[in-house]
Amino acid sequence: MHSPVIEVHDLNIHYHSKPVLVDVDFQIPEGKTVGIIGPNGAGKSTLMKGMLDLIPTTTGYTQFFGDTLAKKRQAIAYVPQRGEVDWDFPINVYDAVMMGRFGHLPLFKRPTSEDHAIVQKAIKQVNLEKFVDRQISQLSGGQQQRVFLARALAQQASVYLMDEPFVGVDVATEKAIIELFKELKAQGKTIIVVHHDLNTVSDYFDWLLMLNVRLVAEGPTESVFTRDNLQKTYGGRLALLTEVTEKVSRANIEEDE
Amino acid sequence: MSSLDPTLSELFLAFWRLDNPNVVWVLLGSVLLGASASVIGSFTFLRRRALMGDALAHAALPGVMSAFLLFQTRDPFVMLLGAVTSSFLGYYLIEYLTQHTKIRQDSALAIVLSFFFALGIFQLSLIQQMEIEGKSGLDKILFGQSAAMMPEDIQVLAISAVFILVLVYLSFYKFRLITLDRQYAQTLGVNVKAYDLVLALAIVLSVVIGLQMVGVVLMAAVLLIPVSAARYWSHDLRKILFLCAIFGALAGILSTNISYMAPKMPTGPWMVTVLAGIFLVSLVFAPARGLLPRYLMHRAQAQRVNDENVIRSLYVLGERKNDPKALFEPSSILTVRNMSKEALFKSFKRLIKANDVENRGGTYRLTPNGYEKGAKLTRHHRLWEMYLTEKVNIAPDHVHRDAEKVEHIMTDEMGERLAEELGNPLTDPHGKNIPGGQH
Repeated sequence: MHSPVIEVHDLNIHYHSKPVLVDVDFQIPEGKTVGIIGPNGAGKSTLMKGMLDLIPTTTGYTQFFGDTLAKKRQAIAYVPQRGEVDWDFPINVYDAVMMGRFGHLPLFKRPTSEDHAIVQKAIKQVNLEKFVDRQISQLSGGQQQRVFLARALAQQASVYLMDEPFVGVDVATEKAIIELFKELKAQGKTIIVVHHDLNTVSDYFDWLLMLNVRLVAEGPTESVFTRDNLQKTYGGRLALLTEVTEKVSRANIEEDE
Repeated sequence: MSSLDPTLSELFLAFWRLDNPNVVWVLLGSVLLGASASVIGSFTFLRRRALMGDALAHAALPGVMSAFLLFQTRDPFVMLLGAVTSSFLGYYLIEYLTQHTKIRQDSALAIVLSFFFALGIFQLSLIQQMEIEGKSGLDKILFGQSAAMMPEDIQVLAISAVFILVLVYLSFYKFRLITLDRQYAQTLGVNVKAYDLVLALAIVLSVVIGLQMVGVVLMAAVLLIPVSAARYWSHDLRKILFLCAIFGALAGILSTNISYMAPKMPTGPWMVTVLAGIFLVSLVFAPARGLLPRYLMHRAQAQRVNDENVIRSLYVLGERKNDPKALFEPSSILTVRNMSKEALFKSFKRLIKANDVENRGGTYRLTPNGYEKGAKLTRHHRLWEMYLTEKVNIAPDHVHRDAEKVEHIMTDEMGERLAEELGNPLTDPHGKNIPGGQH
C-alpha cells in the first residue's frame, strides 16, 4: 500500500491489567470508507481513542499521513459517541458547530466571517438549518448526532473518525449520514466508523477492520467480510486465547534479562 | 435628644451617603467579589464539580491560620498566600485521592474538606489562647464580616477579582469547549490539562479572596447559587455568565449594606440569603422556565383544548341534525363530551367572548366563525383517522382516541400534507364527511 493515510503499529491497550486490545497492526489506504466491526467489548471504541491519544496505550503507535497525531491534527476530525457528552450544557446548535473552528485559535481570537460561512455550510449539509438557535438538550437523538457531524465537517478535515454514529438515530438522520459519506468519499476523504450493525456493513463500507481484542481480519469488504472471518470475530471460539492472555497480563510475566 | 440607637432607616441613609471611604471601598470589593466568584462558580457547576468550591474554601482555613502563626501579621497579601497554598494543597490531595485510589470524588471532597477545616479550627482555638498582636477578628473568617475589612484588604481582593474576570473573558471559548466535550477538545489539540490548571487556579483564587467577606463556611454558595438561578433565565452561556455577575454583585451590595447597619451580623449568611431569594424568584417567575409561567401556559393550553372540544361537539351535534344553525342545551353537549358542567360553562364564557359561540336563551350554537373552526378541527380529526387506518393499519374502532388528541396540535400545513398523502379523501373510516376537501 503506498502512503497509507493511517498506520497503526503494535498497539496494545490495557485497562487495570485487563487486555482490551492486543497486538493490533494495520494500515488504511486513502479515500476509503472503513468500518470497524466486532462484538461488544471487542475494543472498537478503545481502538479509536487509542489512535487519537485520548487514552493511554501500553505499547505501539499510530501515524497519520506518515507523521504523528500532534503534527497532523488539522487534518483529523473526531465524532465521539453521543452518550459521552453533557447534552444539558447551555449552548445552541450554531455555537456547538462553531466549536469545530476553535481548536487551534489563540486565546483571544473571535470567529471570522469565513468561520461563520463554513459553519453555516456544515449546518446546511446535515439539514439542521431550522434548528440553529435551538438548545442542544431540546434535540432528538438523531439531530444531536447531526450536530456532531456538522461540527466535524466544520473542521474541513481529511480524515473523519466516528464512534457509533448510527446508534439510536432516526431514519432521516441515517439517510443524511449515508449521503454525507458519499459526498465525503467523492471528495477523496477517508472515513473510519465504529459500527455495530452487521446488516448494513456491505452497503456502507468498502474496507473493514474486524476486531475482537485482536485484529481478526482487515482489507476490502468483498474479500474480508466472509463467513469464516465472521465466525472468528463473533464466534467466541477463541475464549481460551482470551483467558490465557488475561492471565499472562495479570501475572506481569517478563523475560529474565 | 436622648442617646437612642439610630433607627434602621437612619443607618440605611447613612450608609448610602457614601461619605465613609471605607464603605465605598468595601462596596466596590463586594461587587467585584460577587461577580468574579459567581462567574467562576458557573464553570465548576457545569463541570459537575459543584462542591469543589466548598472543599477549597474549607481547605484554605489552616493556610490562613498557619500564615498568621508563622509571620505574626495580618498583612492581606501574606494571608492570601497562606490561603492559596493550603487550598491548592487540598485541591491536589482531592485529585490524587480520586485518581489513584478507589475513593470517589464526593468522598474525597468530604475527607479533605473536613480534615483541613478541623485543622484550621484547631489552630484558631490555639491562637485565641495565645498572646499575639492582631489575633482578634481572625475568627471572622468563618462567616465573613465586610464591615471589618480595610482598604488594603479590598485592594488585594479587587486586583484578584479583576484578574479572574479578565481571564474568563479571554478563555471563554476554550473553557466552554473543554466543559462541553473534553475528549473532542483534546482531539483539536487543546491542552486540556493546562486549562484545567488555569481553572483550578481561578477557583482557588476566587474562593480565597472571598473568605474575609463571606467566610469559609458559606463561600461555596456564592459560587453555585447564581448560576443555578441564571439557568432559569437563559440557555446562552454568555447571558448566563452576565446574569451570574449581576446576581453576585447585587448580593454583595445588599449583604454589605446590612452588615454595616448591624455590625454584629456576619456578612456571609446575608449574602447567601439574598442569593437564595434571587434563586427563589427565578424558580417561580422566570419566563418560560419558571414554575408560575409554566403553570399558566399549561392551564392556557388545557383551556384551549376544552374550548376546541366544545366547538367540535357543537359541530358534530349540528352535523347529526343536518342543521348547522340548530341550538343545543348544555346537557346535550355533556352527553357527547365528557367534561364537568363547570368546565363547560367556563368554556362557554370564553367562546362567547371570542365570538365562536352564541347563547340564545340558555341554548347554544356555533357562530359562523366558530363553525369554520369546528369544520377545520373535524377535518383534521377525520384526516388523521384516515391516515391511521389506511397507512398505519390500525383498526377503525381504535383511531378515535388518538385523533382526539392530534386534532389540537395539527397545523394547517400538516393538514394539507396529510390530505395530499391520502389523495384528498372525502369521507373518513366511519363514513362521515371530511369537511373542506378540495377536488
